[in-house]
Amino acid sequence: MSSLILLDAVASGTNIGIGYGIAGLGAGLAAVGAGIGIGRIGGSALEAMARQPELMNDLRANMILTAALVEGAAFFAMVIGLLVIFMK
Amino acid sequence: MERRYTKIQSGFYRFLPVRLLLSALLFLLTFSAISAGEEIPSKEQKFNPGELIMHHIGDSHECHIYGKEGGKFPYRLSIPLPVIIYSGQRGLNVFSSSHFHHGHKTYRGYKLEDNKVVAVNEMSEADAHETPVNAELTAGLWDISITKNVVTLFFSCTLMLWLFISIAKAYTKTVNAAPKGKQSFMEPIILFIRDEVAKPSIGPKFEKYVPWLLTVFFFILINNLLGLVPLFPGGTNLTGNIAITMFLAIITLVIVTFTANGSYWRHIFAMPGIPIGVLIILTPIEILGFVLRPFVLMIRLFANIMAGHIIALSFFSLIFIFGEMSTGLGYGVSLVSILFTVFMGFLELLVAFIQAYVFALLSAMYFGAAIEEHHKGEPDIHQTA
Repeated sequence: MSSLILLDAVASGTNIGIGYGIAGLGAGLAAVGAGIGIGRIGGSALEAMARQPELMNDLRANMILTAALVEGAAFFAMVIGLLVIFMK
Repeated sequence: MERRYTKIQSGFYRFLPVRLLLSALLFLLTFSAISAGEEIPSKEQKFNPGELIMHHIGDSHECHIYGKEGGKFPYRLSIPLPVIIYSGQRGLNVFSSSHFHHGHKTYRGYKLEDNKVVAVNEMSEADAHETPVNAELTAGLWDISITKNVVTLFFSCTLMLWLFISIAKAYTKTVNAAPKGKQSFMEPIILFIRDEVAKPSIGPKFEKYVPWLLTVFFFILINNLLGLVPLFPGGTNLTGNIAITMFLAIITLVIVTFTANGSYWRHIFAMPGIPIGVLIILTPIEILGFVLRPFVLMIRLFANIMAGHIIALSFFSLIFIFGEMSTGLGYGVSLVSILFTVFMGFLELLVAFIQAYVFALLSAMYFGAAIEEHHKGEPDIHQTA
């Protein structure tokens, strides 16, 4: 049913812009990936801090560094989404 | 000798200097809304948030300080910058971008389209919207204009040169004396890069890489911070410009290429201890990985900073989008929006430091991997037998 609506929209040439919608979907998936990854990093870092509170500063620094690396991967998908929207 | 003041430990005056500074910062941050937004339009001009965001993220041939399109001083202030164009047929042309009249007029056979200079056939002044673009001349243009990003780049490089040259001179003048002033502020950061980033990642021969690591760390940090300040000449999106980050990543790649030792290249092209069948698949992947790692460095920095600016500008645009529906709603949303923007501003501040640190750390790790020695007799993890 919904696929018929989509096909109709593309075929009749109405200016809905399927590409824009799918780019938005891709960026959303990137956010999901980043959320899962950074959530796991934060979770295990907190668990380790709870087990050994004297390592708190080391663990915090490593957690932030690893979160930045995982975010880099998520940003790839965001950049591709932006390319879809702004390049002709 | 009596003390002229006592340290105040409790009450209203506790941490007063820090509190005053923080309040002043928060107060100033709210003004960045004014520099970004336009007035609620009285004419039938719809507010276009996408256009506003693109104008602030992208480059332009004028330094727009305040005011909206079509206004005159003192309602609008923008400094036109020189346009320097070289073309094979027409030679070098240098003129002020005010001749383009914000993209409404052609000048000397060029016009402004989407903030880029394109070539047209009309050599005299004409209406830019009527004249067609000469595509083949445009393809051969070398646009080396002084744009907004270049002005900020000059400013930040001058700032860095002044700061670090004066610190270095202070060290040579009074050798082995206690540092004071700018020295004592910068010394912990410089020592942090040398001792926590360079030495553990690179190993014994770390000293020749420290200049580049320090340069890249402070360049990225200062330009990120300048991008957060709403006043001229800050507020431009320099590290969120992919050309700048590409250049930084290329230099890291060049350093790795020229200082890597034989063992590194052998591990890329023909990793020891791998059967030939797997090598045929592994070697292209390793070569790709060699180019890909600086590429990821570039994308990480570019996307982080650009995304931060886009998010902050989107929160501002919320005010004007809601303001178009009804003025009261606009004022109501503005409180929430400003709070969110200040929060995003702090997050961007954190990201500014983290991204500079991550770029320097990853560059140091690539340098370390490039000059790593595999001593004979130590177990080589690649040997299978």
